[in-house]
Amino acid sequence: MKTLSELNQIKESKQAQVNLREENFGLVKVKVSMGTCGIAAGAREVVKAILNEARKDNLHNIQIFQTPCMGKCDLEPVVEIHYPGKDVITYVHVKPEMSERIIKETVLNGTVIEEFTK
Amino acid sequence: MELARAHVLVCGGTGCTSSGCEKIINELNVNLEKYGLTDEINVIKTGCFGLCALGPVVIVYPEGCFYSRVTPEDVEKIVEEHLLKGRIVKELLYSETVVEGQDDVKSLNETQFYKKQMRIALRNCGVISPEDIEEYIAFDGYKALGKVLTQMKPQDVIDEIKKSGLRGRGGGGFPTGMKWEFASKSVNEQKYVACNADEGDPGAFMDRSILEGDPHSLIEAMAIAGYAIGANQGYVYIRAEYPIAVARLQIAINQAKEYGMLGENIFGSDFSFDLGIRLGAGAFVCGEETALMTSIEGHRGEPRPRPPFPAVKGLFGKPTVLNNVETYANIPVIINNGADWFTGIGTEKSKGTKVFAVGGKINNTGLVEVPMGTTLREIVYEIGGGIPNGKKFKAAQTGGPSGGCIPDSLIDVAIDYDSLISIGSMMGSGGLIVMDEDTCMVDIAKFFLEFTVDESCGKCAPCRIGTKRMYEILEKITNGNGTLEDIEKLKELCYSVKNGALCGLGQTAPNPILSTLRYFEDEYIAHVVDKKCPAGVCKALVSYKIDPEKCKGCSLCARNCPVNAISGEIKQPYTIDTTKCIKCGACVEKCRFGAISK
Repeated sequence: MKTLSELNQIKESKQAQVNLREENFGLVKVKVSMGTCGIAAGAREVVKAILNEARKDNLHNIQIFQTPCMGKCDLEPVVEIHYPGKDVITYVHVKPEMSERIIKETVLNGTVIEEFTK
Repeated sequence: MELARAHVLVCGGTGCTSSGCEKIINELNVNLEKYGLTDEINVIKTGCFGLCALGPVVIVYPEGCFYSRVTPEDVEKIVEEHLLKGRIVKELLYSETVVEGQDDVKSLNETQFYKKQMRIALRNCGVISPEDIEEYIAFDGYKALGKVLTQMKPQDVIDEIKKSGLRGRGGGGFPTGMKWEFASKSVNEQKYVACNADEGDPGAFMDRSILEGDPHSLIEAMAIAGYAIGANQGYVYIRAEYPIAVARLQIAINQAKEYGMLGENIFGSDFSFDLGIRLGAGAFVCGEETALMTSIEGHRGEPRPRPPFPAVKGLFGKPTVLNNVETYANIPVIINNGADWFTGIGTEKSKGTKVFAVGGKINNTGLVEVPMGTTLREIVYEIGGGIPNGKKFKAAQTGGPSGGCIPDSLIDVAIDYDSLISIGSMMGSGGLIVMDEDTCMVDIAKFFLEFTVDESCGKCAPCRIGTKRMYEILEKITNGNGTLEDIEKLKELCYSVKNGALCGLGQTAPNPILSTLRYFEDEYIAHVVDKKCPAGVCKALVSYKIDPEKCKGCSLCARNCPVNAISGEIKQPYTIDTTKCIKCGACVEKCRFGAISK
């Protein structure tokens, strides 16, 4: 490595991976409900799909949490997105295929996908 | 390493390694595989988090859960409950971080231990994997070296370090910028940068933690120093008793070379720098700068008179900058954040922070880093969590065998270089041993002298002979044979050795004695005049006796006495024959009526 810009490149690509060790309030938090009802409804696959989508886009600013049952068992799998500066966005009956839009539209831009909230 | 959903950080410092963190890492890997989570979760071995009393330590992100005293048996539960299902295992959490009735955890930064700390030298310890240079880079690693080589001239670097007010963290407190300037101004084709990683003070492990947890910060800083003074070669003198630190530093050096941070034309500039490791061989005196350099040169580690100072004539006779590990750890941050930022921390003459290894009679033993000016009271009672078992604080020893004690009456002293010297102690490298009411101060002085006598290199008579004579007097006093004249002779010896010794080892050897005499003279008098040890430590001066009012004559003590020194009849008060008694204390432990006392 011979230049400062190469150093910066390494820093940026690695930061995506180590960011979740910081108590960073500017990050987008994605919380997937993982109570027994959630797992039975397929929340594990949703988590994996979200993680894969995030990897494809080499996202730096995302933290994925698993939370216990949020109480809405008939709406599982439930995913909450905490985008800084906006109200919490809740998506219900989430399927793995929906993760691409969730990442590209909600996590990256903060846009609410209306169909996913019903 | 791909983006992961969670990071499990396991402390891999020497302390947690001896408590079995390797088994924990194994179990983690086995269980992650079992539950199909290896693709989503990364396990990272880091350096020391600092809260050593609670090791082995495991922290899970993104939640920031601090699991303490983890055993290999706990691991499956952590994986199944927390990592698979998102249910934090509350009973394993550090109790202060548990929030009742919620699934959140309190941030570590709000706990008593971490609240008042400011981790600058320890910024990356416990956060990154020390064996991955890219993680160091992700947290701004080598940015300072890049800045220095592309935007600053050597004199700019020296000016910035001078402006920051950074003083040597090895104990001497000499202004670092000034030392670098002397070396820079010395004219010679060959110059050297060296690092003192000998850390000989008993109980000190600040440097070890930096070497084990963040070795790249040392490499970056030494390269910066090399650029500033005009040196192209550096040596790290590290004590052989730190195998993990040596291994991690070597891995880091290899990686730095691979990535071009060491070697020819770094960052495309004209500056080249190489770094080598030299191992110590068990001598405390080799922590003294001239003895250290003599040892690197291949001779027996013995100090030599100064002047000439190392900055003018040091390693192999060439101008050398020799600094402590912690001093170096501050350099990249000062370059990145600026000298003005650094001067905003600490006191007027002592800028920045200091790392302390807090040990002894204290609840939260471990590594703490606080701004200069923090009081001893805050360290002992707030960060340290107070004295265990409800005992009273008696004194704190700073500076190891070269330092002195701070009694309770001075517990509100703001810790910095000059204030500690004014009360008869010194900052030292950062070892802080807390003592309670059951500690005998004469015994403490004897303990440190025993160490110094053993470690004296023997070159100069005041230290070689003087320390031994001081130790003999202390032995006499603790054996109950001391006289008041002995105390006077001891004081005289202290001043002779202090003024006559060739190097810092001898010059500071009397400090524990002078300091304990200054604040605890009554204990010395009690030993010598009353033939009593008030703390009940010195065996020769302690006698056990049975209170006839409390004794029920059950004979339990007599049956447990290894030398049959207790006699009596059942249901009658028993007595101890003090001539046979070996003061082992077994009888006190066995007595159910509290009838035996010292």
